[in-house]
Amino acid sequence: MKYMLMMHAPKEGWTNAGIGTWPKEAIKAHIDFMMSLNRKLKEDGEYFDAQGLAGPEEAKVVRARKDGTPNTDGPFAEAKEFLAGFWIVDVDSTERAYEIAAQASAAPGKDGTPLNMPIEVRQVMSAPPDA
Amino acid sequence: MTAARAPLGFEHLLRELAPQVLGSVVRRFRDFAAAEDAVQEALLAAAMQWPREGVPDNPRGWLIHVAARRMTDQIRSDLARRQREAFILMQELAEDWVAAEPDVDSEPDRDDTLILLFMCCHPALTSSSAIALTLRAVGGLTTAEIANAFLVPEATMAQRISRAKQTVKASRVPFQLPTEDERAQRLASVLHVLYLIFNEGYTSSAGADLHRSELSGEAIRLTRAVHALLPGDGEVAGLLALMLLTDARRPARTGPDGELISLKQQDRTLWDRDAIAEGITLVTGALSKGTIGAYQLQAAIAAVHDEADRAQDTDWPQILALYGLLMRMSDNPMVALNHAIAAAMVHGPRTGLELLDALEADGRLTGHHRLDAVRAHLLELAGDNQAAIAHYLEAAGRTASLPERNYLAMQAARLGAAASPH
Repeated sequence: MKYMLMMHAPKEGWTNAGIGTWPKEAIKAHIDFMMSLNRKLKEDGEYFDAQGLAGPEEAKVVRARKDGTPNTDGPFAEAKEFLAGFWIVDVDSTERAYEIAAQASAAPGKDGTPLNMPIEVRQVMSAPPDA
Repeated sequence: MTAARAPLGFEHLLRELAPQVLGSVVRRFRDFAAAEDAVQEALLAAAMQWPREGVPDNPRGWLIHVAARRMTDQIRSDLARRQREAFILMQELAEDWVAAEPDVDSEPDRDDTLILLFMCCHPALTSSSAIALTLRAVGGLTTAEIANAFLVPEATMAQRISRAKQTVKASRVPFQLPTEDERAQRLASVLHVLYLIFNEGYTSSAGADLHRSELSGEAIRLTRAVHALLPGDGEVAGLLALMLLTDARRPARTGPDGELISLKQQDRTLWDRDAIAEGITLVTGALSKGTIGAYQLQAAIAAVHDEADRAQDTDWPQILALYGLLMRMSDNPMVALNHAIAAAMVHGPRTGLELLDALEADGRLTGHHRLDAVRAHLLELAGDNQAAIAHYLEAAGRTASLPERNYLAMQAARLGAAASPH
């Protein structure tokens, strides 16, 4: 079963680059943590995809106009949270997806303590074999 | 000067011959898609037979012969099918094929690889299509390998390649060398595609993304082949030199965890001396011939960097002069940005910052993270750490490259730590 784990980061305290405002050691610890989490998922055969998203400063919402051309809106400065990145894991149970999400949530923050970021867990719908 | 070549292994020989064979078969039969299938079958047959029976005396001729036979079989069976469907259609088709009767293979095979490259880098194609088609048809990579390198599903890449072939077919570009008038422009397209392939591999984060770095090697291999075909062309030599001089720094460019290391901080003893020597020889030879082009100038700049044993030994006045020439040649804001850095290194950061203001007013780089990153760097040199931090963060928020984001965030943090002890 595939699950998408969406990491929502609070915008407050993440001005501009977010982790750029942290001390050097904290940034390094955070990056190391994320890399070793991905490595572990790969080793365990549970990794499907993981991507970090570029900063919310450039985020736009697009809707089609009547003639089908794109109408862009944003970025939305008032949003409290933004999607910072996601994992797609292929696991045997929902519980296992929750466990991985909890690990990701505990990534170290500015002062080295766990960030406890909210991670939204959603099952990826299975597709017909030929899709 | 020719570079050391890997010993010609069996697969290497097949990969080297594949574009020549494909070129020859396409020229005879004028059907790119069918020719590619036929060449694949010929290569497969060679891979089965040659290890057993030995490599034939004329391996290229053998492959062309087998592929052409497959093509003829295919045409016969197509004709038979069509005959059942409509007699008249068969006649038309047969006339077509008579018109395209295999001509004597008189042109030297070197032209076929070149024609194939011109075809794959046809201006009608988007760059992503041209890149994929070039790697497939000339580079001999499998669709799976290309998909892997560009981190897209294989089915997506297969579709991209197939649509590129359709576009080439629909454009009705004749399978021949472009005319003298078109030649410079078409060669520029080829070099641009090769340059994009190189960058795709080079700018990817190293370490975990080994597959992507192989793209740089592939781009160098292909550019080397073009250089062998057109040894007198200064821009081809310049591009090859630029790739070699840039790729030479790869081992020093990233740290153990794939983090970026700036040119200034790199351990220069890790640079590939052979590649640097070859690159310098190439660019020196090209520049001495007189027709100076943008790739040669960029290669010359890379050479000046590579010649400095320590960052502080860099001959910045020479780099500034070269960027000056480059700016006169192309109206590229990225060149102007690099020119501003060189000016700052020669005349001081304030001069560089003034040039950035002018660039900012120009508007084409508005919102581009590199403008902020350079401004941050120059502000730091000028001693304005607070403003530098703000621009490093701005740049970090805008870049779409994770290693670069991390690098820029680290720069901000480094200055922050210097300002207020934690």
